[in-house]
Amino acid sequence: MNNHAITLLEAVNLALARALEDDSDVVLMGEDIGANGGVFRATDGLQARFGERRVIDTPLAETMIAGLSVGLSTQGIRTVAEIQFMGFIFPALEHLIAHAARMRNRTRGRLSCPMVLRAPFGGGIHAPEHHSESTEALLAHIPGLRVVIPSSPVRAYGLLLAAIRCDDPVIFLEPKRIYRASKTLVEDDGNALPLDTCFTLREGRDITLISWGAMIQETLAAAHRLEQEDDILCEVIDVATLNPIDHATLIASVKKTGRCVIIHEAPHHGGLGAEISATLCEQVLTSLQAPPRRVTGDDTIMPYYRNEQLYLPDVDDIIMAVKETMEYSG
Amino acid sequence: MHEVSYQGEIRLTRYLDDAGNPLADMPAWACGETPWVGYYQQMVLARQFDTRAISLQRTGQLGTYASLLGAEAIDVVCASLMQAEDVLVPYYRNHAMQMIRGTPMAQLLLYWGGDERGSAAPEMHRDLPNAVPIATQCLHACGVATALKLRNEHQAVLTMIGDGGTSKGDFLEAINVAGAWQLPVVFIINNNQWAISVPRSKQCIAPTLAQKALGAGIRGEQVDGNDAVALHDVVGQALERARAGKGPTLIEALSYRLSDHTTADDATRYRPADELKAAWTRDPVARLRNWLHRQALWDEVREQSWLAEARQLVEAAITVYQATPPQGVDELYNHLYAECPAELAEQREQAQTRQQRRQQGGADHE
Repeated sequence: MNNHAITLLEAVNLALARALEDDSDVVLMGEDIGANGGVFRATDGLQARFGERRVIDTPLAETMIAGLSVGLSTQGIRTVAEIQFMGFIFPALEHLIAHAARMRNRTRGRLSCPMVLRAPFGGGIHAPEHHSESTEALLAHIPGLRVVIPSSPVRAYGLLLAAIRCDDPVIFLEPKRIYRASKTLVEDDGNALPLDTCFTLREGRDITLISWGAMIQETLAAAHRLEQEDDILCEVIDVATLNPIDHATLIASVKKTGRCVIIHEAPHHGGLGAEISATLCEQVLTSLQAPPRRVTGDDTIMPYYRNEQLYLPDVDDIIMAVKETMEYSG
Repeated sequence: MHEVSYQGEIRLTRYLDDAGNPLADMPAWACGETPWVGYYQQMVLARQFDTRAISLQRTGQLGTYASLLGAEAIDVVCASLMQAEDVLVPYYRNHAMQMIRGTPMAQLLLYWGGDERGSAAPEMHRDLPNAVPIATQCLHACGVATALKLRNEHQAVLTMIGDGGTSKGDFLEAINVAGAWQLPVVFIINNNQWAISVPRSKQCIAPTLAQKALGAGIRGEQVDGNDAVALHDVVGQALERARAGKGPTLIEALSYRLSDHTTADDATRYRPADELKAAWTRDPVARLRNWLHRQALWDEVREQSWLAEARQLVEAAITVYQATPPQGVDELYNHLYAECPAELAEQREQAQTRQQRRQQGGADHE
């Protein structure tokens, strides 16, 4: 079963299996990840295959999961822990911020925390309260934490392998809306993708669209329609690693196109779109033919599911923002 | 109809009374020179270090410092009973433990003196750095213990926490998972009766903190934390049980914080003077000295000679600390990631320029 079309969720499973297979120091940990295979089935079959010592069901305590991961990883056990939903990551924050992110610095490089904390995030699956937020900016703000978000099965496989092999703590956020959105061919070759680069998914001359996670779907769809209907050629970039961000790729693209729209599901205020926009203004102001534009969620609490489609940016929102940016004349 | 589903008890171990007299016939292992004279010397050294660290702070030569006054027996006995391959997961008051585990005193002074390089520790062991947030270290200890278990290493992990820390979820989650997974951890509560200004009585209504172990299904007991002999017995057995795969232990060591919380605190604002005065009659250092005197293992000549030596060791460390050249600002950037990201490397260069400019007192021409 080496080359076959799989979903993003299956790609996560495939990468976890590959990591467990390749490195006896890799251990998975989390709530319901064993016999149950995780509530989304990301760890389906892994406990049966690798045993209870390496695929560990924990007591129901997120602080504990993060704290154990810190302790385990200082001893060289590459701990891949699952937080069931990103909405429940907050009890883990103290360990991520006060310890995991600082361990290398706190010991002058003697110890580090080669751990991965996986969590499904984002809206669009009609989930209950606290199950749909996108708080990646909170985590990406922390020096020492790497924050990685895949947007396709291929990148889920390659980036997760990279995260597990990385000697720094990595928060790996999985866009659950597209867990099963499509199937693509993923080669189980054990090759990791780089964590220090954005991915240019589509080249274009007129405008740069910058996004990550599930919103890449809408962004690509908008780019497609803009080319078909309006002959606007969009360059689409998946940021993928939100800390540290590969600003160089974004800067080079916007220098070329002179325009950009940043799209994310998370709230507008203090979102990473603001960081990217500010950096572009600082670095390439004279190349810009229009202000960088943001298409984001509003600054409200993530709504209950009946309103969530209204909250999430859609293809039309992106197309409108692109057209306004193209037509901007100062 | 009712029946009793569970009944537990907490025992308290003591060998010496407040004055260092045996409470009963002493067991053979408790008599003789070893390890007691060594313990005593380390306790005196720890107190000397503590005294000088506070005086350095008072004269503006050290940052805020958390004194270990009153916890000398707990720190020294616990660290001395650990094997090199055991793992220490300390908190911010464990200076003597870190010294005994091999961290030079000058290094500890650098850390409390605000120098990044103070975070270095000997490469020989895998001990964690001391934790400053409250109770987080208990979970790290469980993680380390899980690693030992996964690798079939028969070693123990020892961690310490104050009485206030036992009110935190991290502590309870830690003893819970340590029990569920039968982890080789020894949790020591340094119950020094005060969490900054909050007395033990306001922290928790349970008569002992050790009984929290019962809720986690693990062994819990109390020990007189001013009694080096009792500590040696109780902690030694707990470490051996951990190494033998017999699970975790929670030990509540009863002590007293003879100092302020830190040098930034003033305990006279909230603590009755007579309580402190009474606590000094239970001083762990004097108690062990008296027990050694009683056995003719120590005398005034040895006391003066060791005091002089301890002073010399501490002064030598202070000299090293004070003679350490200033750190480069790049120390902040070099150990954040395994490899320094491009943007951060740029910031490092700018910071170096900034540092040079400020050292030269020049204008802003970056």
